[in-house]
Amino acid sequence: MATSSVSKGCFVFKPSAKKKKKTLSLESYFVQGCEDAESSEIRFRLCQELWDEIKTDTEVLQDELNRTILDSLLDFTRKCSSTRQNSDWTSQMRASEIPTAALMLGVNVPDHDMTFQSLSDMLKQSVSPHVASVQAKECGALKHLMKKVLERLMDTVVVVDDEDEEENVETSPRVHRSMHCSLGILCDWYTARTKKSPTGTPGKKRSSQVRDEQQQPPVVIIFKDLEAFNPRVLQDFILICSQYIDRLPLTFIFGIATSPSTIQHMLPHSVSSLLCIELFQSLSCTQHLATVIDKLILASRIHFKLNGKVMQVLIGVFLYHDFSVRNFIKGLQLALLEHFHSQPLSVLCCKKKQALFNVTQLSKPNLDRIRQLPSFKRYVEKQEAQEQVNLMTDDSHLKEVCQQLIKDLHKYHKNYYPILRCLHTLTSSLPRYPLGKQIRELYLICLAKNVWENEDYQSAMKLVKMLAKGEMVSLLQKCVEILQLSKSKKMKNALVQLEELLAKFKQLDTATEMTPTVEASIPSPIKNLQKKTDLFQLQKTLLEMNESRRAKRLSPFENLRNEALEFIDNLVKSHLSPPESQPLYEVCYYSSSATVRRHLNATPRTSIQAALSNPYYYLQNDSLKSEDGTVSNTAPDICIAYKLHLECGRLINLYDWLEAYSTVVSAAEGNDQDSENFGKVDEVKHARFIRAVSALEFLGFIKSTKQKTDHVARLTWGGC
Amino acid sequence: MTALLQHPGYDEERLKGVAEKLPCREVQAGMLLSLMGQPHQYSYPSIFIYGHRASGKSHVMHVLMKELELSHATVSCVECVSIALLFEQVLLSFFGCDAASLLPRSPSLSDFVRVYRQQCSQSPAKQTRYIVMEKAELLRDTDASLLSALLRLQELVEDNVTVILLSEIAWDKFRPNTGCFEPLLLHFPDYSKSELQQILSQNVHPSYSAGFYSAYINILLGVFYSVCRDLRELRHLAALNFSKFCEPLAEGKVKETDTHKLWKHIEPHLKKAMQTVYLREVSSLQWEQMQQMEEEEAGALRGLSAHTHVELPYYSKFLLIAAYLASYNPARTDKRFFLKHHGKIRKTNFLKKNEKTSNHLLGPKPFPLDRLLAIFYSVVDSRVAPTASIFSQISSLVTLQLLAQVSHDDQLDAPKYKCAVSLDFICAIARTVNFDIVKYLYDFL
Repeated sequence: MATSSVSKGCFVFKPSAKKKKKTLSLESYFVQGCEDAESSEIRFRLCQELWDEIKTDTEVLQDELNRTILDSLLDFTRKCSSTRQNSDWTSQMRASEIPTAALMLGVNVPDHDMTFQSLSDMLKQSVSPHVASVQAKECGALKHLMKKVLERLMDTVVVVDDEDEEENVETSPRVHRSMHCSLGILCDWYTARTKKSPTGTPGKKRSSQVRDEQQQPPVVIIFKDLEAFNPRVLQDFILICSQYIDRLPLTFIFGIATSPSTIQHMLPHSVSSLLCIELFQSLSCTQHLATVIDKLILASRIHFKLNGKVMQVLIGVFLYHDFSVRNFIKGLQLALLEHFHSQPLSVLCCKKKQALFNVTQLSKPNLDRIRQLPSFKRYVEKQEAQEQVNLMTDDSHLKEVCQQLIKDLHKYHKNYYPILRCLHTLTSSLPRYPLGKQIRELYLICLAKNVWENEDYQSAMKLVKMLAKGEMVSLLQKCVEILQLSKSKKMKNALVQLEELLAKFKQLDTATEMTPTVEASIPSPIKNLQKKTDLFQLQKTLLEMNESRRAKRLSPFENLRNEALEFIDNLVKSHLSPPESQPLYEVCYYSSSATVRRHLNATPRTSIQAALSNPYYYLQNDSLKSEDGTVSNTAPDICIAYKLHLECGRLINLYDWLEAYSTVVSAAEGNDQDSENFGKVDEVKHARFIRAVSALEFLGFIKSTKQKTDHVARLTWGGC
Repeated sequence: MTALLQHPGYDEERLKGVAEKLPCREVQAGMLLSLMGQPHQYSYPSIFIYGHRASGKSHVMHVLMKELELSHATVSCVECVSIALLFEQVLLSFFGCDAASLLPRSPSLSDFVRVYRQQCSQSPAKQTRYIVMEKAELLRDTDASLLSALLRLQELVEDNVTVILLSEIAWDKFRPNTGCFEPLLLHFPDYSKSELQQILSQNVHPSYSAGFYSAYINILLGVFYSVCRDLRELRHLAALNFSKFCEPLAEGKVKETDTHKLWKHIEPHLKKAMQTVYLREVSSLQWEQMQQMEEEEAGALRGLSAHTHVELPYYSKFLLIAAYLASYNPARTDKRFFLKHHGKIRKTNFLKKNEKTSNHLLGPKPFPLDRLLAIFYSVVDSRVAPTASIFSQISSLVTLQLLAQVSHDDQLDAPKYKCAVSLDFICAIARTVNFDIVKYLYDFL
C-alpha cells in the first residue's frame, strides 16, 4: 500500500470494513474444490452425521472407560472430607496432612484433557462445587499459581451464585480489587460461603455430622501435569496450603504422566510428609485404543471404513509416536473428511435405505465413475457377455445392479466382524501369537489379503488343533456368545451349527467316561516331552505327536475337533475375504494412505529439500518443469544456490560459488555465451546471491566457519 | 521449673500458664522474656531465633504472645508471594483494615514506613509491638534491602517495635554482603530423647493410663529416634501405630504392665512403618487400613517407588536410549560403537586420564541435538523419516522430565540436553525393545 509520507517507517493500515472477508460456513469450505459439486451437499451432510456419531460414541466410550477410576477418585475425596471432621484422639494427634490423589495417566498427555474435564465435571456435580484445575504452563511462579487457583475457585462460585445469592455477587468484586492472592482470603471466602448456605438448626448433635459433610465440601485443586511444574513453586504452595488445612478442607489431585516416583523426585521429605498420597492407576492407552477400535472400526454400524494401509498409518502413528487416542480419532476424522471430499461416490456410504435411494439419484457422470471403479470392472469381467454390455450401456440396469451390490456390501460387513472376532478369540491365546495378540493385528492381516493363505494362519490353525478339550470348549463357547450378538441370517445359521458342535463336545464328556483307556494308550512322546524345555522343540514334538496320533487312530474327540476346525475354516473362507474383493468397496473404504501420512506425520525437512531441488512441485510453474532431477536455470535463486552447494565438499569457497551462480543466472537471462559480459558478477547478481546464501544459512544448510577465510561450512552431507 | 519464668513485668499466674504449655523450653522462653523486658520498655530491635524443624520456635512465640496478650503480627514468609502481602498483614494486625488499605497498589518499603509512622502517630504504642516472621530464610530471596530494613525497623518507624525472625538456618547464611544491623541470636537446640519422651507422653490417650502410654512412647522412640527427631512426625507416627500396640491388650492376651510382650508385638510393626509410612511410600490412610487387614493382604500394597514402569511410544524409547548413550559415552567413542568398520580399538588405547573414572559416577553429560539424532538413527532398527513427530517427542520427553534441556529455552540453534533417567530405568526400557544397551555403554566395555 502506498503512503504519502516522505520518511521511512512502519505504517499500520487497518483493513477497511467493506473489504473484510466474509467468513465461510463449514459447508462452503467443504464444497470448495470438491469433486462433483452436485452431490457435495449430500456428502457434506453424510460426513457431518457420521462424524457426529463417531464423536458422541468416543465420548461415551471415554466416560465408560474412566468411570471406575473416576468413581474411586470421587470416593477418595468424599472419604477425605469425612474423616477430616472426626474429632477423636487419633485425628487430633495426627499431623494434618493434605489428602492427595496421584492419578497415573500414562504419557499420552493430549488425551488427559478430556479425562480431567470429565473428572472436574463429576466432582462439581457430586462432591463439591469448589474445583480448580491448573496447568504448569500458566503457573511459572508461585504468584501466578495462587492467582489462578483463587480466580478459578472464586469465579466459578460467582457464576453459580448468580440466581440465589445477590449479596455474594456484590461482595466478590470488592474482594477482587483488594485481593493480594493469599490463601487467607480464600479461607475467609470459604467460611463465608459455607456459613451462608442455609441448613437446619445447629443445635442437635446427631444431625450435625451429616450436615457438616454437606456444609464443608472439600476444595479440590487439580494439577494437570505435575511433571511440568516448577518443583520450587509446588513445594511452596504445598507449604502454604498445609498451614490452612485445618480451616480449609483442601484436596489435591496430581496428574502424573510417568511414574509416581516423580513425586519423590520433586518434593523433599519435609514437603511430602505434609501430603497423604494415594495412588490411582488409569487404564493404559493401548487398552483404550483397543476399545476404540473395537467400538468404532470393527462395527458394521459405521459405514465408513479405512483400508489396510490407512489403518497401518494411523496405528503406526499411535504406537511409534504419541500413544494418543485423541490423535488417532483426529486421524480418523481427517480420513473421513478426505473420503467424502474427494470421492464423489461416497454419497453411497451411508445407511442401507438411504444408500439405496441415493443409487437411484445417481447422475450420469457418477454412473460412469462407477463403471471406472477397478472393483466394478473386475465384477463386470466375471459376468456373461450380454450382461457385460448391459452393465456398460444401460444406466437403469446399472442402478439396479448397484443396489444389489450395495446390499451385498452391507451384508458382507455384517458377517465380517463377528467372524473376525471369533477367529480372534480362537487364536489370541495361542503360544507366540501367530495371528497377533490384539484384534487390530488380526484385522490388519485380514485387510491385506486372503487370511487363509497366510502362513501364520495355517500355523495358528495347527496350534488350535492341539488344544485340550476344556480350552476348546470354552473358546467355542465364547464364539457362540459373539455370534449371538449378530442378527444376520448367515450368522444365525452358523450359530446353530456351532451350538450343535458344542453339544457334541459335551456329549463326548459322558462318552469318554465310559471308555477312559483311549487317552492312556499313547504315553511315549509325553515322556520325551518332559526333557525338552525349548518352546520350539516343544511345538515340534507336539506337532509330531499330533501327526503320529492321527496316523494311528483318531479318538472321537479329535474327530470332533477337526470337524469344528473345518467349520471355522469354512466360515473364515467365506466371510473374511479382503474388502478389495467386494465390488463397489471404494464407496466405503478410504485408501489414500499417503494423504493421511502427509497430514499427520509431517516431514518438514523432506519438504524443504523437495522445494529446493524440485521447485515445480510447489510452484507449479511450467517453466520450472525439468526432467532427471536437474534444476532449470530459471528457478528461484535459492534453488540454484542450493543445487550448486550440493556439488561442494564440507567447506565451500564463497567466491567460487558466486562465480558458478552468476554463470547459471546469466545463461537464464539469455545472454550470449560469447559476449564479454557473460558470467560477470554485477551488483544485482551479487545481492541476489547473498540473499540466497543467507536464506540457506537460515534454513540450516550452511553456517559460517572460522576454519578458512571466505568459506562456509556445509551442515548436510551427500551430493546430487 | 516454673521458677525460671519470673519477670517483673508480667502477671505471675500467666507466666505459670506459659510454663505449663512450654515443656522443655523454659530456658529459651525465660531468655526471650528477659530480652523483651517489661511491656512498656523498649525492646531490642531485632531478635533472630534458629533451630531445626519442629524444635518449638513458632510454638514458643505463639504461646508467649497469646498468653501474655502482647500486641503482635505473625507473618509466614513463604506465604508472602509479594512484599505487599507482608506489609499488609503487619499493618492489618497492628492498626486494622483501614491502615492496610492506605497502602498503594504495589507498595515499596518506604510506603510501608510512611503508612506505619502515620498510623503510629495516631495510636502510639503503649507497649512493645512484635513482628514475628516465620521461615525467615525466604527473606533472602526478596529485595536485599528488605532484610536490613526490617532488622532496624525500630529506628525507621520510631516506634517500640521488635522484629523476631524465625529460621531453620543459622544467621551466618543470612548476613548480606553490604553489612547490616546484627540481631540478637538465640538458638533452640534439638529436643533430647528424654525431652521428646516427656513431651510425647503428655498426649495420653484418654482411655489408657499414663504409664502405659509412656511405655509405648519409650518403645516408639527406641525404634525411631535414630532416624527422626522431628516432634511433629513422631507424634504423627505415635498416633498411627497406637491402635496396633493396644491390640493384644484388647484381645486380653497381655496386661498393661507386661512391657516386654508388648514390645515383641509392636517392634516388627514399627520397623515396617519406618520403611513405608515414615517415608510416605504408603499414605497414612492406607497404613491405617492395612493394620485392619490381614498380614498377607497388606503385603500386596506397594509403595510409591515400586511403580517405576513407564510406558512409552516406540520411537520415544529409542530416543531415550540414544540420549542415555549420548550422555554417558564420551563423544569420541561414538565411532567405535556406531560405525560398521571401526577397526579394533581397545578400551585401553583411547583411555584418557580423566575418563578412567566411571562415567556413571560422574553423572550425565550434556550433548547437542545432532548427536542425539545421529545415535538415534543408527540405533533404531528400521529406517525412520525425520518427521515432525520425532522432534516433538524430544520435547515431550523434556516435559516428562526424562530428558533435561541444558541450554536456555531461547536457544533454538543446536539445543543441548542431558538424560535424566537411571541405569535401571533405561535397562528396563531397552529390554522392551530388545536392545542390549549394556553392550553400547563405554563403562561396561
